[in-house]
Amino acid sequence: MSIRVQEAPFDPGAELNALHAANLGIGAVAGFVGYVRDFNDGRDVAGMFLEHAPGMTEKALAKIADEAAQRWPLLRLEILHRVGPLDPGEPIVFVGAASAHRDAAFDACRFVMDYLKTRAPFWKKETTPEGSRWVEGRTSDQSAAVRWRG
Amino acid sequence: MINLQYFARYRDALGLDAEQLEWDPSLRCVDDLRKKLLGRGSQWEVLAERNLMCARNQELCGLDEPLADGDEVAFFPTVTGG
Repeated sequence: MSIRVQEAPFDPGAELNALHAANLGIGAVAGFVGYVRDFNDGRDVAGMFLEHAPGMTEKALAKIADEAAQRWPLLRLEILHRVGPLDPGEPIVFVGAASAHRDAAFDACRFVMDYLKTRAPFWKKETTPEGSRWVEGRTSDQSAAVRWRG
Repeated sequence: MINLQYFARYRDALGLDAEQLEWDPSLRCVDDLRKKLLGRGSQWEVLAERNLMCARNQELCGLDEPLADGDEVAFFPTVTGG
């Protein structure tokens, strides 16, 4: 299980390949990459700053990863999230789940993203032509996380 | 002593990222603390937002979370990572 919170850019392809490396029991790897868009809520986005709560962030991500590992038979799980300044087109987040079969890999990957969106202390501030603004939380993210309850 | 932290838009609105408060045994839960802060004036009304989130000792919690001397409490707007 790997949790990383970093300012440095990363290569999603390399992360995905590393999840499979040297484990021939892995039959399926599912990966998700989130990118910075150049447009949001009616305005051009020139850049973004990702704030987080050091200490709390890592704990929150580890808790989400633990829960995923309890629900599905995972052989590897990685969560990588960038913080600090980002440009449009750059990857923000990578989640990768490896398992013997595809169902666990797909489901765990989606579960981790849905929980990360609603439970990990990150906040986006966008730079637009009209100045910078904090991105507001979406209710669709809340309902996406709710489906995993029960 | 209670160690308080404010993040993102709340920190900007309050002009404050952290502070320490004397321990007050009448504060039984995080919501009591929030109400005490609301009493400081109109600038603090961000803490009345319906989708406010909070954490105690670096774990997300509800407003009914009990408080103890030495706790670290954080208030912040809905998270928007990913």
